[in-house]
Amino acid sequence: MTNLVPGKDKKHFRFPFHIRFEPRLGELKWWQSLLITLAALVVSLLVGALLLSLVGGNPWKAYSHIAKASFGDIGVFSDTMVKAIPLILIGLACSVAFRMKLWNIGAEGQFFLGAFGASIVVLIPIVPDGSPAWVYISVMALFAMIFGALWGFLPGYLKARFNVNEVISTLMMNYIAVAWNNFFIYAVWSEGGFQMSKMFPKAAWLPRLTDFSKQIPEFRGLTTHVGLIFALVMVVVVWFLLYRSRWGYEIRLIGDNPKAANYAGIQIKKNVILVMMLSGGLAGLAGMSEISGVVHRLQGAISPGYGFTGIIVAWLAKLNPYLVVIVSILFGGLILAGREIQPSGIPKLIQGIILVCLIASDYLVRNRIRFIRRMED
Amino acid sequence: MDPIIILQAGVATGTVLLFATLGGIFSERAGVMQLGIEGMMLLGAMAAYSVTVTTGNPWLGLLVAMLAAGLISQIHAFITITLGADQVVSGLSLTFVGTGIALVFGEHLSKAGVISLIPKYTVPFISQIPILGKIFFTDHSVLVYLGYLIVPLASYFIYHTRPGMHLRAVGEQPSAADSLGINVYRTRYIYVFVCGLFSGLAGGTISLAISPGWFSELTTSGQGWIAVGLIIFSQWDPTRALVGAYAFGALRRLVLDIQGPTILLGMRNPFYYNPYWGFFLMMLPYAFTIIVLVIGSYSAMRKRLGAPAALGIPYIRGERGV
Repeated sequence: MTNLVPGKDKKHFRFPFHIRFEPRLGELKWWQSLLITLAALVVSLLVGALLLSLVGGNPWKAYSHIAKASFGDIGVFSDTMVKAIPLILIGLACSVAFRMKLWNIGAEGQFFLGAFGASIVVLIPIVPDGSPAWVYISVMALFAMIFGALWGFLPGYLKARFNVNEVISTLMMNYIAVAWNNFFIYAVWSEGGFQMSKMFPKAAWLPRLTDFSKQIPEFRGLTTHVGLIFALVMVVVVWFLLYRSRWGYEIRLIGDNPKAANYAGIQIKKNVILVMMLSGGLAGLAGMSEISGVVHRLQGAISPGYGFTGIIVAWLAKLNPYLVVIVSILFGGLILAGREIQPSGIPKLIQGIILVCLIASDYLVRNRIRFIRRMED
Repeated sequence: MDPIIILQAGVATGTVLLFATLGGIFSERAGVMQLGIEGMMLLGAMAAYSVTVTTGNPWLGLLVAMLAAGLISQIHAFITITLGADQVVSGLSLTFVGTGIALVFGEHLSKAGVISLIPKYTVPFISQIPILGKIFFTDHSVLVYLGYLIVPLASYFIYHTRPGMHLRAVGEQPSAADSLGINVYRTRYIYVFVCGLFSGLAGGTISLAISPGWFSELTTSGQGWIAVGLIIFSQWDPTRALVGAYAFGALRRLVLDIQGPTILLGMRNPFYYNPYWGFFLMMLPYAFTIIVLVIGSYSAMRKRLGAPAALGIPYIRGERGV
């Protein structure tokens, strides 16, 4: 074919190498995959900077502001951790589902229903007034997980029974969840005409670091709460489930090769429902930790899009539960600092660009670049 | 609570869903799943409004909206077609990016004031037909009439023309299409672009005609996702898309109107006396999307047809695929 190259006779410069992409045969080494991910992050920050300067902002100022306002000192870092807690739990929720190629985009709604479930424990009340803190908190966590799991059950069931696309059904459930919570906030538990419930009793609050400032003065003013321990425990639980249990093996096999899983006798439909419920339960727990650890009442604006950021967290962490923690802290910082940045869409834009670059970078995970010398004619 | 007015408004609001669904049908017929519609619509709505504020020309706004959404759709095209990445995640990321750009560039738009909109028009003579004339041909935005025209054209294009046949071939069996000399990659790029154009048009239709203005994310309020549901319900057929879109438009209007009268069907209207029940009404369009999805998916499952066979599967030349 070489003789058919047009313009071959003309003497003009030709790049002395072909660049070819070939499918990778072996597994990537961990540092290679880390390098690719970091490169994708750098590229996305550069693209973000470009867009920022297009709208007349100063990207370096914005970035350094984000860094300072989220990791500058122990006080803001503690606030960053507070934002990271729901992200860890939702990142885990997404990781579990995505590992099975089950696209649960409904973590936001499951988060809201989790908050609702935790609230009914206090507001109906299910636990008698004046119960000790451990009763309150364990029952609230349980109810949050149950309600989140219920919200995940429905799309899971529809997927298993009628093959309903779970992306759309879970998304629709998000909108329904917001309206559901709003009904209770506006109509049932409205406190003095405000769109929020009454304050929960102290026993239903997750203890914060600052509550121990009498014993350890350094903790004064630090808002990080016990939800962090919940989240870290769940990280280990999810890791164990996914990588050390029979069920996790089934989940991973279905994700990698549903046909093989089917031939191996794994019940895919049952697993679709169960994984959706597990995913929903984790997201629900995030809802509980947010209202019990941060706002201490049920109200409308409890999530700056945790459910959607969680998707990116899971993807950036390559669905690895331990990496979810690190990525969540980074994104917690972005959310915390992003509140003060103008225009307000910027954190969302940066998140979107990061996800785009990550998916694009997957190409390098699946293919390797080869430089091939051109043959001299 | 006049049923004719609700249906008339349903046709108007349904036009937005119609455009978005048609775009999705084109893209998915070519085998590329489209979850980025919501983001592209929001971008389109912002671009249309913003350009109209600056230039005073809504048609120019509409054009820019379509081009902007078409342009951004090519990110999705590149990632899924050339790089062969997962179409679900890529579509989601497109929605994030589209939303982000729309919010950043639309920061101060909500205070922009009154702008000139796409004109409305009543068709002479035909509008005199009882009921139907009122619903379909009275005081509608020009874009609504455009919708009537596009559906049969799209249908004819998909089922009765050569490029339409190529489009279906690429979505059903890309390797066979390739062996017949159809450029699978180029075809998919083109129809993802077409989907972008339609989504941008849908967005512009919102902000310049149906519910004019820029209300950041509430401008689309999830209509892009409803459109994605309608694509499945329509079984990738433009005419069914039209029915579904108008029905959903009417439902959205009904939800608003049902809270108005004091008497409903001869009884005390519970939605009037308990205004908070409105929250349950607000759930209806989304709940209905799920129901419609169940119907669409179930019938597709039973008949073993519907979705283009290669939908969601990246095509890599020379590799064994469908």
